[in-house]
Amino acid sequence: MTLPDLVAAIGEKAQPMTFPDGGAFKGIGVAAVARLSASSGQPGRAVEIAALENGIIPVRYARNFHTFSMNDQIALLRSTAAVVGLGGLGGGVAEMLARTGVGRLILIDDDCFEDSNLNRQFFSRTDRLGVAKATEAAVRISQVNPSVNTSIYPEFLTAGNADDLLAGADIVVDCLDTIAARFILEAAAKAAGIPLVSAAVAGAAGHATVIFPGDPGLSAVYGDLETAADRGVETAMGCLCPGVALMSAVEANEAVKVLLGRAPLLRNRLLLVDLMENLMEIMTLEREERLIE
Amino acid sequence: MTSHISINLYATLRKYMPESADRFPIEPGVTVGDVVDRLAIPRKQAKLVFVNSVRSDLDTPLKGGERVGVFPPVGGG
Repeated sequence: MTLPDLVAAIGEKAQPMTFPDGGAFKGIGVAAVARLSASSGQPGRAVEIAALENGIIPVRYARNFHTFSMNDQIALLRSTAAVVGLGGLGGGVAEMLARTGVGRLILIDDDCFEDSNLNRQFFSRTDRLGVAKATEAAVRISQVNPSVNTSIYPEFLTAGNADDLLAGADIVVDCLDTIAARFILEAAAKAAGIPLVSAAVAGAAGHATVIFPGDPGLSAVYGDLETAADRGVETAMGCLCPGVALMSAVEANEAVKVLLGRAPLLRNRLLLVDLMENLMEIMTLEREERLIE
Repeated sequence: MTSHISINLYATLRKYMPESADRFPIEPGVTVGDVVDRLAIPRKQAKLVFVNSVRSDLDTPLKGGERVGVFPPVGGG
């Protein structure tokens, strides 16, 4: 099927619809996108991009509007995000980015699901314990949004393989569970020249920040790598589901804002949260005058 | 002359909160580290220190009127 034929077929399938505020739009449903994807041989997200370029909204993204514009949704579908770590934070981030319509996800985790993941990790299930987290994440995302292309790497990100694993990524989301691994990832993101969203959790407390190449980054949060502990107080507090869910939501939203060029970001800022005390504050990591120097 | 600061301690450090956290007395010129010691917070647990919402450190001097926040190292996910 040629592109003009595909566009004509999308136009035939489009239906007049209304937003909750009464505004009218032309939409194309999930089933029609799937049929056109199969008949044209084009991936689902290519069908969705063609629809959006012709003023037709895939209904699965209708509630993204008008926080997002047509061009925003197209930009997200054309974007690639790498999610490193697919536990509590990563499960939430990957699912939220897939539902939002980020077109390609690189999913990296060398771990398998185990019993102690079930309290907080959305991709973990009692009937899938022992299965690789990356594999399970791709299965879940194909069920939630088959338009999203997934590349899975059931391995640990190292300085050696980071180039290959992060190839093509527009942004990296740090969903790891040790401080040392976060520094490895930050170095890889800086080497690749792409922004990093980072969050960490202990109990129902956590923090999140956005790091661009050239920013001071994690050393402003954890101190120098040489003196930073490998793990924090999560060894004593555990990780609670609302804590990881909230911080993963912050990460996913910051990632989307970076992909869309939106401001303000949590860049040079650290969002601090303690849900048990209902504390939420945004701190400045480096005085602006020190950054300029 | 005694001045006062407000103190906010996060996560595992919550148990070190003094009763007078909103009006904690200090001698002007003491450092954040001095306050951390007075509260019996292990210094290794006081890695992330904020004074008036700006990242500071244990050597940062206080004159009174500041808001001091301390967050323990957190790395889980």
